[in-house]
Amino acid sequence: MSAVFRFAGPKVLRAGLSILIVVTFTFVVLRASGDPALQILGPSARAPDLEAFRRHWGLDQPLYVQYVRYVLAALHCDFGNSMLAGKPALQLVFERAPLTLALMLPALALTMLIGIPVGAYAAMHRDTWVDRSVMMLTVFGFTVPSFVLGLLLILIFSVTLGLFPSGGADRPESFVLPVLTLGLGGAAIIARFTRSAMIEVLSQLYIVAASAKGVTWRQVVRHHAFPNAIIPVLTLFGLMLGGQVAGAVLVESVFGWPGIGQLLVVSVANRDLAVVQVILLLVALTMTSANLLIDLLYGVFDPRLRGTNSGSQ
Amino acid sequence: MKTATVETNRPPPRSVDLPTLIAVGWVLLMLFTALAAPLMAPYEITSIDLRHRLTPPVGFGGTMLHALGTDDLGRDVASRLFYSIRTSLLVAFGATAISVLVGTGIGFIAAYFRGLVEHALLLMIDVQASLPFLIVALAMLACFGNSLTLFVALMGLYGWERNARLARGLAITASAQGYASATRQLGAHPLRVYLRHILPNSAATLLVAATVTFPEIVLVESGLSFLGLGVQPPMTSLGVMVAAGREYITRASWMLLAPSLVIVMTAVAVSVLGDWLRDKLDPTLK
Repeated sequence: MSAVFRFAGPKVLRAGLSILIVVTFTFVVLRASGDPALQILGPSARAPDLEAFRRHWGLDQPLYVQYVRYVLAALHCDFGNSMLAGKPALQLVFERAPLTLALMLPALALTMLIGIPVGAYAAMHRDTWVDRSVMMLTVFGFTVPSFVLGLLLILIFSVTLGLFPSGGADRPESFVLPVLTLGLGGAAIIARFTRSAMIEVLSQLYIVAASAKGVTWRQVVRHHAFPNAIIPVLTLFGLMLGGQVAGAVLVESVFGWPGIGQLLVVSVANRDLAVVQVILLLVALTMTSANLLIDLLYGVFDPRLRGTNSGSQ
Repeated sequence: MKTATVETNRPPPRSVDLPTLIAVGWVLLMLFTALAAPLMAPYEITSIDLRHRLTPPVGFGGTMLHALGTDDLGRDVASRLFYSIRTSLLVAFGATAISVLVGTGIGFIAAYFRGLVEHALLLMIDVQASLPFLIVALAMLACFGNSLTLFVALMGLYGWERNARLARGLAITASAQGYASATRQLGAHPLRVYLRHILPNSAATLLVAATVTFPEIVLVESGLSFLGLGVQPPMTSLGVMVAAGREYITRASWMLLAPSLVIVMTAVAVSVLGDWLRDKLDPTLK
């Protein structure tokens, strides 16, 4: 138990500290940058109205008082109200969250389902024309920005062929193009990474040893090469999550998808501070815990890493 | 039946191949366009001609008068494209330079002081890595408003954490080597050791890192401009053009396709070029 704690403890502590810094940073930057009262009420608002608005939202207090209040409230899951919608910011965000998750989860699954097999296949047929053309394709896959890819897909499948709707989230077909847009770029990155991890593993001596003792090639790949190659891909998955979140903002904008991404763009444009903060915090929380989970999983999959921290156990 | 072989030596590096040549050609063409945009553009980018709005490009029913067609206000797409390339490359160059400078500085400071300073910087790097840059940029842009200088400075924050991590690693490795401790023992000031000795020896790797950062900044810039929060009218950038083209996707797809093609080609070309540079300059970096 104490070994587990020694392995996981510092990582958890670091993750918690990161979150606190994100909260502090967003709070200071957003509050210090300008007057939300002017922004919401407009430049023609009268001074008493502005005053009343500031008093109502606690904006007349010194910055550190606002900060302490904010952190204390946040600990009770109270992130203040959206100044625009008048509803609790958290509620507003959670109303939109299912739609964004409905895009991101299938897209992440697609990323893995395409990326890993394609990368592994390319590695096993290294330097053939299949490998070269796949690798060329992946260069396009990860350099084409999601909003361009999305618009090109709309141009081909909605405008020209009329197969799928170009926007909205009301029909099952509506999911196809946004999910494809979000998933394909990630799949290209995973494919390239899986390929190089696989090539690396295939050149190891234990693969030679397995082949030499008469294990069939299929077995070598399945039981010796693939499980070892897949570990580093896990880490990349954590790093890619950020790209997916950023991608979701653009993809939602392209397809008029009423998820968190659109909410963020609208809130930023209107300087709805509470909502922006909740979204920033939610993203940081998701990414930090995903990376923490992957760090810990690493210890499960690769016992060597545990050994350095937990002594002889 | 395949057999596993132990690869001891990789094939000798190829000389410049066709994709690299095309990439070099495209990048040079973009650089030339960026520099010569005012000479190349046949029209002012803001000159409106409502009688010729949404004219298709040459080959699709248009004339040489507007080779790439016109947009919804009858402005010449080719002229706007040249100026967009100029703006986008200017932003990306400035931002990449800032990102590499800031990153290297922070990385070197972390490597020199170690201890608490290093831990604090590493924590900041962790924090940056836990937030997607686009999200941070969105929040900051809306807060601080938007001018071109500010926008370039903000874009310059892109990738600083990666460059800092790299520079720190390089500096730590380098300062353990003979030449660094030799100059140190001769009494050189730390600044001199870092700037005159360690920096030149790390420059190749940092340069390669810059070729990774550059196309990514082009993409982030166009993304932000696409959302309407990046480069502001009357200036134009590739993302601004894509955003405008989106409204006319059914009637005037050239408005969308011209800038999209340039974004994709440039990002691919720089990335191919970066791979080549990496093989050339620094075989140990992967």
